[in-house]
Amino acid sequence: MAEEARNRNSRTGRWADVRYMLHLFRQNPIVLAGAVISAASVIIALMSGLLVSSTYWNHITPGASLCWNNQLIDWHIANVFNCGGPVYPLGTDLYGRGLLQMIIVAIPVDLQIAFEVVASAMIIGTVLGGVAAYMGGVVDEIILRATDIFLAVPGILLAIVLLVVLGRTIPVLTTAVLITWWPFYVRLARSQVLSEKEKLYVERLKATGASGPRILFRHIIPNTIYPILIQGTLDIGAVILTVSALMFIGLTPDPKYPELGNLAKQGIQYIFTAPWMILFPGLTLLIISVGFNLLGDGIRDVFDPRLRR
Amino acid sequence: MVSETGNLLETKDLMKWFPQRGGFLNRAQSYLRAVDGVSLTVRRGETVGLVGESGCGKTTLGRTIMRLTDPSGGSVKFEGKEISRLRRGALKPFRRKMQMVFQDPYASLDPRQNVRSAIVEPMRIHGITRSKKESNEFAEDLIDKVGLNPDHLSRFPHEFSGGQRQRIAVAIALAARPSFLVLDEPTSSLDVSVQAQVLTLLQDLKQNLGLTYLFISHNLAVIRQMCDRTAVMYLGRVVEYAPTGMLFENPKHPYTVALLSSVPIPDPRKRGQLAVLSGDVPNAVNIPSGCRFRTRCGFATDRCSSASPPLVEIEKDHWIECFYDIDFGRRSKTELAS
Amino acid sequence: MTAREEAGPILKISDLRVTFHTYAGDVKALNGVDLTVRKGEVLGLVGESGCGKSVTSLAVAGLLPPNAELESGTITLAGADILKMSREEIRQKRLTDIAMVFQDPMTYLNPVLTVGSQLLEIITQEPKLFLPALVRHRLEEIGPEGKEAPALAAERERLLSISRGGRPGRKEVERLARQYVVSTLRQVRLPDPEKVLDMYPFELSGGMRQRVMIAMALVRRPKLLLADEMTTALDVTVQAQILQLLRELRKEIDASIVLITHDLAVVAEVCDRVAVMYAGNIVELAGVEELYSDPLHPYTKGLLASIPRVDSARTRQVSIGGSVPNLLFPPSGCRFHPRCPKAFGKCPQVKPPLVEVKPGHLVACLLYEE
Repeated sequence: MAEEARNRNSRTGRWADVRYMLHLFRQNPIVLAGAVISAASVIIALMSGLLVSSTYWNHITPGASLCWNNQLIDWHIANVFNCGGPVYPLGTDLYGRGLLQMIIVAIPVDLQIAFEVVASAMIIGTVLGGVAAYMGGVVDEIILRATDIFLAVPGILLAIVLLVVLGRTIPVLTTAVLITWWPFYVRLARSQVLSEKEKLYVERLKATGASGPRILFRHIIPNTIYPILIQGTLDIGAVILTVSALMFIGLTPDPKYPELGNLAKQGIQYIFTAPWMILFPGLTLLIISVGFNLLGDGIRDVFDPRLRR
Repeated sequence: MVSETGNLLETKDLMKWFPQRGGFLNRAQSYLRAVDGVSLTVRRGETVGLVGESGCGKTTLGRTIMRLTDPSGGSVKFEGKEISRLRRGALKPFRRKMQMVFQDPYASLDPRQNVRSAIVEPMRIHGITRSKKESNEFAEDLIDKVGLNPDHLSRFPHEFSGGQRQRIAVAIALAARPSFLVLDEPTSSLDVSVQAQVLTLLQDLKQNLGLTYLFISHNLAVIRQMCDRTAVMYLGRVVEYAPTGMLFENPKHPYTVALLSSVPIPDPRKRGQLAVLSGDVPNAVNIPSGCRFRTRCGFATDRCSSASPPLVEIEKDHWIECFYDIDFGRRSKTELAS
Repeated sequence: MTAREEAGPILKISDLRVTFHTYAGDVKALNGVDLTVRKGEVLGLVGESGCGKSVTSLAVAGLLPPNAELESGTITLAGADILKMSREEIRQKRLTDIAMVFQDPMTYLNPVLTVGSQLLEIITQEPKLFLPALVRHRLEEIGPEGKEAPALAAERERLLSISRGGRPGRKEVERLARQYVVSTLRQVRLPDPEKVLDMYPFELSGGMRQRVMIAMALVRRPKLLLADEMTTALDVTVQAQILQLLRELRKEIDASIVLITHDLAVVAEVCDRVAVMYAGNIVELAGVEELYSDPLHPYTKGLLASIPRVDSARTRQVSIGGSVPNLLFPPSGCRFHPRCPKAFGKCPQVKPPLVEVKPGHLVACLLYEE
């Protein structure tokens, strides 16, 4: 017994995976950077209401429009309007709203849409893909063909059509992006479950008399969830970029809407006279999506058994 | 062999053929005849051994009996009831009474499920216990019966050694309160010293709980230790079937004799007596005509290639599939009346 | 003492200690291994999983993974200290002196190359090393002078001139190599060796593949053959064939063989001497008959009592309690003491040395210290 107590230490226990992940983060600074950025953006999103009033984006301050009074950066542009009054660290936009504040309000908007899309896609994809793989036969064929059809339709076009037809609202936008996204998860979940269901413990469960749904949802799926989670993490950045792109081409509910792509859209008209308007939202988009991407890569490296130890 | 009463399990001409697909339209071009007509009985309370080399079909036979795969032909009767054609729902009550322990203790447990949850699961599936408290008590009882401690219940498979995992697998199998257990090479992946422990455990459990075993193994020494009656399989059929002592002391089928004399003995004074059976096991897709063992048999005649030998009772309770009663010492044979 | 024994051991391992640095900690795999292999003998190295038998053979062959640390000890092969050699020198040694045969031929043979190309590759990558052997071999094949066919006489002249320092062309070397490989395949009793050369591993049966593995080892004319669980994955009838092959080869080749296995029956069948390993140590070493008739170490006794036998009607075996220790946290002193029925006071404190208790019979156990 004492021998067994000695055999279990922090490196071989139930949390070994987590500890190994932290160990790898320490070893790989790029992944750590990704983790930090992702965490920071989530924190900002959560605290956004405390930092900036949630109705900030609806106020117009004409006197402060398109001005820059942060002494730290000199844009070398003639006729930079002066804002008067408080310092706007990142300048103001067309409506006289401080860009820093706008970004802080926009981040949760983008993140929320992204999380909703990714989470829904993961759930739908896992269920459909898992059922298809486990049941095989006709069910598998139907789900696969349906997936193929959706994959064949160019996502952006479909999204544009939906938004035009059903109205430019956030729920429609979320749904439109979701429709483009879920097929990938079906494919991914299906291949994971296909290989997992050949494993011996699945056969043992069948011998015990466990039903298909029990085996699939309580055993197989929890064991195959990691690649799906990794893909989800990677996709958050991609979804944010997609949503921003859609807003950028004009499918926004309101020109003043606090969303990074929309901010960039407003800014592109003034790119020479007020470059900060497109620069900072663009940079934010870049940093956040790269951050989640790096995080996803890092998690994948941790859970790829070939690269282990 | 064909007594109607007292048989817990009975198979008759059981077959499992795997189609080899290919060609245009992916049709079945030939069949891998893994189990090719096996008639076996297991009486209540005994341990029947199934021994053979790789490719003989013993594992497939075990899986077919357990209905983990559908038979291609023949019948399987459990407690006198035909189960070979039942659909999943109707099979469930039988699943409670027939359980299986697999060869690989590392792969047969869900790595994300702790031991308690794994043991309690069969109880939930079959409604054996009525409350969480009852399930936990039974789980603790089982874990104790297999020689482990209650605090092992909250741990995960990767924290255990191979022998311990196999004990857990046995506890899970017993959770449904089965009467019949199919053990597929339960100790083949284990160290020698652990093997002895697990085999002793299996013997004790059988006695204390009144179980019946079908013990599948390629290890003749283990079979001799564990089994009351033994069936020797070759290329999908049972070629000899007898009480264990009789099989080992007085084997009558040439394959059994070859198999037994190929096994080295852990005693250097008995070395140098290995008889070498030449050739390789033929493909189960291209089974020789007539008697399937004739290509490697030292006593084969023309009759052996033209007809398939029937299963004959050469002495009481001792069955072989051969046309001849062979005297291996004198290397002579007499024809058997069928 | 026979002439063979007098000629010094082919392999001598002294106090070998190897530790593996893994993420989970340091695995103290070998805890001071002492072993000698005499010229021309078949030594059985027996033990259960984790005892270190494979690690020992990998250390001898210079094939330890990068996270292995050789903490101390020496390995001497035919007089040369292996541990002091550079990687290149060890690689040369692996080519000529040491050969390993592994458990699963399917994993160790390249599935996309024919058997022939894999065998030939061994020779053609270092043709100069093998050339004398190739020439000598072909000369033997041709036969003594005056007895051969006229066409062969010309060949003999050519071969003699090569052996005197002539430079053979590439095609000539390939031809000689091919002849040599074919005769090696014949030596491992493979039917139709010419045909086998052009076959792929998946076309061969398990037994044939293992013979090919043995041929790959024999091609080098090694001084030492390390067979690591060579028959473990084989069916028992095929195993019998391979064991018979081994017995026949012994008379034909000039190598010492270390047979690593967990199977005490296989060891009883073919070995001259047996070394029993437990948790990184040799615990007993004796002649094969002596070990089985008078095992001294409690572990050996326990092991022999726990294995079922085909020739015995005994239905209960006596098992050793407990399980093999985790070498991340090995027991102190004698590593077997937690499971030993005869353990006493000093056992957890002192690591017992391997001492000769009877002539030719060594044990590492404090019970026999006096």
